[in-house]
Amino acid sequence: MNTEAESLLPLPPATFHILVALADEDRHGYAVIKDVAARTGGALRLSPGTLYRSIDRMVQQGLIREISSRPARDMDDERRRYYRITPFGRDVAMAESRRLAQMLDLARAKGLAPRKV
Amino acid sequence: MPIYRLLLYLYPASFRADYGDEMEAIFRIHLRDTRGVARIGLWFGVLQEVIMNAPAAHWDILKQDLRYTGRTLNRARSFALTAVVVTALGVGANTAAFSVADFVLLRPLPFADPEALVRLCEGPRSGGGWGCMNELSPSNYRDFKSMSSSFEDMGAFTGAGVNLVGVGEPRRVEIAPVTQEVLPLLGVSPALGRVFAPRDNDRSAVVISYGLWQSQFGGDSSVVGRTVRLDGVAHTIIGVMPRDFYFPTRNVQMWTALIFRNEDYEDRTNTYIRGVARLKPGVTFEQARADLDLIVGRLARDYPDTNAETGISFFRMRENMSPRFRLMLIALGGASLCLLLLTCANLANLLLARAAGRERELAVRAALGAGRERLMRQLVTESLILTIAGGAAGLLVAAAAVPLFASLVPDTLPIATEPHLDLRVIGFASLFTTLTALGFGLFPAIRAGRGTTFDALREGVRAGGGSKQRLRAVLVAVEVAMSVVLLITSGLLIRAVWRVQAIEPGFRPENVLVLHVALPRPKYDKPLQRVQFYDRILEHVRTLPGVRSAAFTSGLPMVTTGLITAVAVPGREAAPRRREGVSHRWVTPQYFTTMGIPLQRGRDVEDGDRADRAWVAVVSASFVERYWPGQDPIGKTFRHLDDTRTVVGVVGDIKVRGLERTSEPQMYLPAAQAPDPFPGGFDPKDLVIRHSGQETPLASAVREIVHSIDADQPVSNVRPMTQVIAGETASRRGQLQVLGVFAVVAILLSAVGIYGLLAYTVSQRSQEIGVRLALGADPARVGRMILADGMRLAFFGILPGVVGGYAAARGMSALLFGVAPGDPATFATATGVALLTALAGTLVPAWRAVRLTPMSVLRAE
Repeated sequence: MNTEAESLLPLPPATFHILVALADEDRHGYAVIKDVAARTGGALRLSPGTLYRSIDRMVQQGLIREISSRPARDMDDERRRYYRITPFGRDVAMAESRRLAQMLDLARAKGLAPRKV
Repeated sequence: MPIYRLLLYLYPASFRADYGDEMEAIFRIHLRDTRGVARIGLWFGVLQEVIMNAPAAHWDILKQDLRYTGRTLNRARSFALTAVVVTALGVGANTAAFSVADFVLLRPLPFADPEALVRLCEGPRSGGGWGCMNELSPSNYRDFKSMSSSFEDMGAFTGAGVNLVGVGEPRRVEIAPVTQEVLPLLGVSPALGRVFAPRDNDRSAVVISYGLWQSQFGGDSSVVGRTVRLDGVAHTIIGVMPRDFYFPTRNVQMWTALIFRNEDYEDRTNTYIRGVARLKPGVTFEQARADLDLIVGRLARDYPDTNAETGISFFRMRENMSPRFRLMLIALGGASLCLLLLTCANLANLLLARAAGRERELAVRAALGAGRERLMRQLVTESLILTIAGGAAGLLVAAAAVPLFASLVPDTLPIATEPHLDLRVIGFASLFTTLTALGFGLFPAIRAGRGTTFDALREGVRAGGGSKQRLRAVLVAVEVAMSVVLLITSGLLIRAVWRVQAIEPGFRPENVLVLHVALPRPKYDKPLQRVQFYDRILEHVRTLPGVRSAAFTSGLPMVTTGLITAVAVPGREAAPRRREGVSHRWVTPQYFTTMGIPLQRGRDVEDGDRADRAWVAVVSASFVERYWPGQDPIGKTFRHLDDTRTVVGVVGDIKVRGLERTSEPQMYLPAAQAPDPFPGGFDPKDLVIRHSGQETPLASAVREIVHSIDADQPVSNVRPMTQVIAGETASRRGQLQVLGVFAVVAILLSAVGIYGLLAYTVSQRSQEIGVRLALGADPARVGRMILADGMRLAFFGILPGVVGGYAAARGMSALLFGVAPGDPATFATATGVALLTALAGTLVPAWRAVRLTPMSVLRAE
């Protein structure tokens, strides 16, 4: 178990969602917002302030890093800053997922959550 | 759009620089996608978001900076500790000094609308003096009250001591008989019960102080209505005053009703009361004075026999203090400002030194992309942390220091002995140090942002340019100057205290114990009753082991400063008491032996000097000088009150009014030869005992004797006579302690300043010095060079310091008791101490320079 990753748990929901959004591809900020909204069926809409505060902290913590800017097609071709998940960020996201899964198991054992379908 | 951009300004600048454009772009997309009412919702959401996130973003950065500060300060622990200690001393000393000055000089007295409260007494026609110069007679008071039109109300009061019997041990209590106007016009409501009402003629009513209520009655809420016996007479408690109520001074614990009888108005020279009044709204102090001056003129015309020389002492209640106290506090305020300035100079120096050492670190961080704003923010956080820690420690210093200042609060004002710490002052001192810390803490960041930073990165380049070095030298010179000013002023005050202490009081206070045993009237109304009491007490006391002699007197020197009377000497024109006063005391035999007052001619008061023998007097040398210069006074006669007295002895003069004041000639009359009736204030009441043993067992033995003779008779104010003398210089010594501490702190700080600057110079110049040594320079010469640097710093500080010290001394010359403001010995000592301190601060860096070897310099590179 990676203790450095463990020390960041539990992750704030926004942080976890941003890691998930960046898990499969590098994205710029607005793309992250859209991805999170799409995956949660519109339930979680990150505001720009929350997003960039989270990004700022995640960069400092080494969970993600900025990669060189390139034009974003959905944002009028302005140059955007793209972010990529780091191996450490992946470790942390996996540790958080394990933690959530364990919680879910505990709840299931007591009948507080539906059985796996 | 501009609105959104403005909102972004609520975020930290570094955050805005990093993400502002992106956030704006996202907002633009959102704006494009919404129409109509939904737009209102969008703006509402944006506002909410900024309110939530902007402070959080600031907090994120603060947390980072705090962590960073913790790490860097932990690495520079001695720097951090020094900065905190320096700030604490400056803030602490200032807070304490200004709290006391504010408490005594500025803060309104604890009465309703206190600015309108004034005091009125009789005084010399020509004016002069301070406070109440002479008391009023009831008839003059009545005329001032009825003829003036400037006052809302006027009342009169006097002072007395009574024996309180019936609650616990018999106790001596100071009281103030007040007319019924006094308490209402002060505008303070009682905590319990009521105060005297208009046309209330009940002489047995008393109002007690909060302190007495707590100490004698245990704070019993049913105390109103209880009966107490004052000097044997039953009185009923009608009210309790609140905790912070003092009038006229804080010693008074009870107020009784002062009600004049018709005969009280008969004699205009029977002066024993003081006036207090409240100005009518809209009437100024000066208008009221002009009003009273007219009345003074009329009374002088109408009653030339008694009022020809009678003027008034009229002053605001706030100003009832010796000018010396005022000056002392101002001097203290000045000294603490010096210390604050010195503290700031020292702090600035510390921060500049640190900045010089950090230039490279900051340049590296700037090169790595940290914005100037970020670096500044970082440095500001660090400075603030240091000053907050220093300020908090300073509060502790101030809390510890304030009791030291208690002796600087005059006991003539109706306020408590000790001020509370004043928040405004704490704020002021903290602000000053914070500004210094910010100003000099930011200096390096501003430089770091200027783009010259890459110089600092270049290998081998030393940080710290010439101009900054000069600034630091100036700061050190300021420190030295301030400490020289403090050294000079406290040195002069030490000389002044020595001078006062060297004054001969005219008696020998060592091994004399004094006790207050005031006999109550009407229980001891007859002179014979009192004489018998004194005789029995003295007879027993003189048999106690270790007692050499004992006597009673109607007033101790320096404690009872009044009791001024007039005598009529045959063949000499009668002069009013105001001009030719004589201090008189009623004493029992052995008084002079006991007090150690030298008998110069003739004889002491003797047991045989009883009422049925010839009435006699012993007078002091200056009495003889005034009335019979160059003649033998023994056998001469004079009249006092209605009696003729024959002089039987001459004794040395004593300082009745205190060490620093001139006293009237003195006259001593046998206690057994007192007229009847006899005013209670003239009764012998102080027992003085010369002994050769321990004071404590003696005091309790005397108490037992007194109680065995009269169980209701309290014994109070038991103390050695030396303590009375010490009280004379207490306020001076209190001030000196404070100034002395300031001076020591100042000189230490400037030593630290000199040391810091030279140590830094040596470390910066180590390469140059190493090269010189390698090229064959004489190490002793290098050492001398550093010493000369230190001495130059000291010199540039001492010069303005001496000038400033002289100016300060001129300003406080009234405190110096005749010591010249330019006293050469003091100036020489002060400059000597400053030079020695500078030398001490220079030695270590010079030693280090001498020990440098070319090899060690190279290794360090």
